[in-house]
Amino acid sequence: MTHTDKKALEILALKARMGAIIGTFNAKSGHPGGSLSAADVFTYLYFKEMNIDPSNPSWEDRDRFVLSKGHCCPSLYAVLALKGYFDWSELEKLRHVGAMLQGHPDMKGTPGIDMSSGSLGQGVSAACGMALAAKMDHKDYRVYTVLGDGECEEGEVWEAAMFAGHKNLSNLTVIVDCNGLQIDGTTEEVGGVEPLDTKFESFGFDTVKIDGHDFDQLEGAFSKARASEKPFAILMKTVKGKGVSFMEGQVSWHGKATNAEEYKEAMAELEGKLRDLEG
Amino acid sequence: MMAQTITKATRESFGEALCEMAQSDPDIVVLDADLSAATKTSIFAKEYPERFVNCGIAEANMIGVAAGLAAAGKKPVAASFAMFATGRAFEQIRNSVAYPELNVKIAGSHAGISTGEDGATHQCIEDIAIMRAIPGMVVLNPADHWEMKEATKAALRYRGPVYIRLGRLAVDSFNDPETYHFEWGKGITLNEGSDITVIATGLCVLEAKKAVEELLKEGYSVRLINIHTIKPIDREIIIKAAKETGRIITVEEHNVIGGLADAVCEVTSSECPVPVRRIGVYDRFGYSGPAKELLDIFGLTAPNIKKVILEELKK
Repeated sequence: MTHTDKKALEILALKARMGAIIGTFNAKSGHPGGSLSAADVFTYLYFKEMNIDPSNPSWEDRDRFVLSKGHCCPSLYAVLALKGYFDWSELEKLRHVGAMLQGHPDMKGTPGIDMSSGSLGQGVSAACGMALAAKMDHKDYRVYTVLGDGECEEGEVWEAAMFAGHKNLSNLTVIVDCNGLQIDGTTEEVGGVEPLDTKFESFGFDTVKIDGHDFDQLEGAFSKARASEKPFAILMKTVKGKGVSFMEGQVSWHGKATNAEEYKEAMAELEGKLRDLEG
Repeated sequence: MMAQTITKATRESFGEALCEMAQSDPDIVVLDADLSAATKTSIFAKEYPERFVNCGIAEANMIGVAAGLAAAGKKPVAASFAMFATGRAFEQIRNSVAYPELNVKIAGSHAGISTGEDGATHQCIEDIAIMRAIPGMVVLNPADHWEMKEATKAALRYRGPVYIRLGRLAVDSFNDPETYHFEWGKGITLNEGSDITVIATGLCVLEAKKAVEELLKEGYSVRLINIHTIKPIDREIIIKAAKETGRIITVEEHNVIGGLADAVCEVTSSECPVPVRRIGVYDRFGYSGPAKELLDIFGLTAPNIKKVILEELKK
């Protein structure tokens, strides 16, 4: 990846983070922590990896994306807006009555959302179904899904992993956002979900562990996923709340919005970083 | 001339109908969770192995996979026992299929007490209630071979989530394939009558028919209605029966809570309140035993239905 490409992605990811803060602030609710930890991978997927056409969101041969950890949609919505699926101003109406942008992804109402999700564990099964449909139809589109590490405590994730391995869904890439935190504490304290790499490998996946905030490493991981002849799992270490200092690594920012003062502080930090990048 | 009686479990009629539809519709795919020999999706699997997906004993994932297949343009039919399809995978059906209005058909076999020897854990008497409570879900409970074939085909032609209830026990057909017509959401009046109305569903329709035929010979005037579509229910036929006969008896192989009885009462209570006597499973679990014996014990066969009709007629 060239320096210019990388910088362009970093700028977009910063804007996605700002979108997540704007959305949750205006909604007075939502999940900023996980939205910020996954903002870089959403940016990479939509601006670098996936074969998509924002002017034709239901294009049959497009790559598909399922946000299995549906609560982290604020930054995904921001990425979709940046990509041109809908207007950026929709973010200010997030979670409002009659809004296009629901609290969890709604495929019926939001252009660019390929699957409704929000109940943890379910999105990964739907992604398997899409990947299977591609195989049955001899089409070469790929399917991507992002899960939380806490989400991997759901039994359905492992039913789906067994299915993907057994049917050898080599067109499926599962990305786990390992930010190490869930509502009641650290994933280690609450559910004991690790080790994830050997778990996925034993279900028939190839895996790679990367830093989920490093675009060079994301590029390397997705290129390995494409080359693999098995379903692929990218286990990306991330920081919950990444980009807003007072949220970073704080479990309390899993599911609450900023107040007016915090909003100003968060936006000032992100805007400062954006100015630095844009020079 | 009366049509020839065919004695067959509706799960088998369902399997046959899947194959007949698949011939002309390459988008139909069938999923099962290691019960294909029992749900009779094995009939489809044998003929269309490339379109059959065995998901293993993992119902929650099966429903999610079906949702993903539908989102990618396929027409998936996911089958398991009624207990596991609607119980284990309830929330997947609710959130991954019904909420996004995906074109998934869910088939629940071995429904009701007539599952028999397997006992309470496998005798699902809540599936209609569970599926009926989900917004937009269609609930079908066909009564015999011919009705199941037509209902399955209609479900596959319909775009959206549908639950179809299948039985394990072989039952006699009573419909005539020459004249039978399946109309989505419409009840079928099997006998006109003015003193009382019996509304039945599934395998109880034939039992109710036997009871009513005896009463007709004895000079009573009993209306008999077969409800194959429990949701959306035929409001018109129920209101008309309530107005014209003034008294209703419902018969179903399901808990009296949440099934046909409640669906009927929901209509009558707002449109034309009349007494409704409910024949069904009275909020209790079943137990092991031969299906036919259990149906007798639970009062779901002709002798008890006749007795209850007479009791109501004398009120």
